[in-house]
Amino acid sequence: MAGVQVSNVSRSFGAHKALDDVSIDFADGGFYALLGPSGSGKTTLLRQIAGFDFPDSGRIAIGGESVERVPVEKRRIGMVFQNYALFPNMSVADNVAFGLSVRGEPKATTATEVQRALDLVQLSKLGGRRPHQLSGGQRQRVALARAIVTKPRVLLLDEPLGALDKALRVDMQIELKRIQREIGITTIFVTHDQEEALTMSDRIGILRDGRLVQEGPPEEIYDRPQSEFAATFLGDANIFRGDATGDGIRLSDGTAIAAGAGAKLTAGARASCAVRPERIQISTGAGRSDAGGANVLNGQVSKRIFAGSNSTYFVDRDGQTLKVIIQNTGAERLAEGQDVVLRWSPESTVLIAAV
Amino acid sequence: MATTRILEGLGRLYIWLLLAFLYLPIIIMALMSFNVSPFYQLPFEWTTEWYAALWQNDQLIAATWNSIEIAVITTLICTVLGSAASLALYRYDFRGKKFLQALLFPPIAIPWLITGTAMLIFFFGVGIGRGLFAILLGHVALALPYVIVVVSARLQTFAPELEEAARSLGANQWQVTSRVTLPWIMPGVIAGGLFAFAVSFDQFVVSYFLSTPGQTTLPVEIYAAIRKGFTPEINAVSTIIIVVSMALMLLTARFFKFGGEK
Repeated sequence: MAGVQVSNVSRSFGAHKALDDVSIDFADGGFYALLGPSGSGKTTLLRQIAGFDFPDSGRIAIGGESVERVPVEKRRIGMVFQNYALFPNMSVADNVAFGLSVRGEPKATTATEVQRALDLVQLSKLGGRRPHQLSGGQRQRVALARAIVTKPRVLLLDEPLGALDKALRVDMQIELKRIQREIGITTIFVTHDQEEALTMSDRIGILRDGRLVQEGPPEEIYDRPQSEFAATFLGDANIFRGDATGDGIRLSDGTAIAAGAGAKLTAGARASCAVRPERIQISTGAGRSDAGGANVLNGQVSKRIFAGSNSTYFVDRDGQTLKVIIQNTGAERLAEGQDVVLRWSPESTVLIAAV
Repeated sequence: MATTRILEGLGRLYIWLLLAFLYLPIIIMALMSFNVSPFYQLPFEWTTEWYAALWQNDQLIAATWNSIEIAVITTLICTVLGSAASLALYRYDFRGKKFLQALLFPPIAIPWLITGTAMLIFFFGVGIGRGLFAILLGHVALALPYVIVVVSARLQTFAPELEEAARSLGANQWQVTSRVTLPWIMPGVIAGGLFAFAVSFDQFVVSYFLSTPGQTTLPVEIYAAIRKGFTPEINAVSTIIIVVSMALMLLTARFFKFGGEK
């Protein structure tokens, strides 16, 4: 087991900068998600760490050892591919045994290790099957068993759950997490699914256009996004744009929005504030600046979407549509067209420097 | 219901007619190799004298062995070279690759008569001349594109992640190829090998140009024998070859399902 350090890694394909000076430190035993839209460079970064491709510049270390020019077969990593990439001409057991057998491990120890890995992914009895006789979830488990049986230093997963349906995906998320904890392996996991990143990982790195936008624990990124992109890509956010004041921003119509968190900006600079939809309270009646110092805005409900446990209200205000999510507590529901007051605390407001 | 039954009947009839069209001449030839009359005369009288005569025909037997030898060597050379070339074209990008791939097809379309003439002139020019070695070279050149085309088609269905997965598990280039890639393309390699064998074993035109009286192949020898005067020994040797090659094909088809997934 080992940590992975990526330092100032850049990689271009022709004129396209797929990775631009990316540095991340993956601590030993952690579960990391690399999150980003397609084309953000997350898979390119994973392939540099795996050794399928080499960076133009920068350094990659696994367990403190520089590996950026070491080919994949010598890096002692385990990888799970999006489409599982199981060898169709081999049985499940032979698939799992492959990594041990190319290393020339004795047959007896190989058999024991393979059985242990199949037990771990709860496929003890399916060793004799062929990959095409398995369901998607079972193939996923075989791919995982095959990747970890060689005791790699780091486990790399490239959108491993992308091909599964929703219910199975949630099961596999829990399963993957359990296995990762059990063997304590450093795991780096590429996904474009923000929910997956939030629920599974210890830390998340958000990538965009080949750059690392923000990195940290899921709670920190969610509560303290450092850019509009991070705020809107990981979860939903209402964004207000204006000029920075000492402790917030002033909108073009003069309304002040107080922010209790985020960047410290000099007054007058262009800035934004981000507020999560579930942090906003909605009520009827006249709105006035609150004695408690809360942010207050008036608006009109343009649309309501009922989703059982909660409702999403779209509230129009001065040409902007704000999103508010309210838990279904059985209280009176607001109708479309109704005038409302929105209230939220400065602590729920994050100040972000404009790009 | 009635119309579907009629259509089914017509379909079955069509299949039988097709099979008759394909196999009737062969069956008649095979039967005649056991007939006493050398001139296809009926009634049919059983004999194996033509097979006995064939056994004495050293020239025909020598030509048969030449044909088999050349076809087997051609098959071996072409499957190895052709599969390696297909893998290289699949794995690597290099300058002029598209051009090279495009150049693989014309030899299949160029009439053998022209290829044969060109080879004869060329082999004379470089001092190889005529004979079995020249025939072997010619057959390899003719059969190689077929193998590359067939194996490349099979490689198109190969998922490149499989090679990456094998490498990530610590396999070196040789292990990746022998344990992951080759098993997948094997049906293509076998099919390509059969093509190569057939191109060589059936080859008349190019062989005719490149053979010398002592060093010749079976099709050329049969042609020469027929020109001298037809004997039922030709029927006999043809029957043996058909039985052996059909058995070979059926065996191969039994063990390798061509085209799709198992």
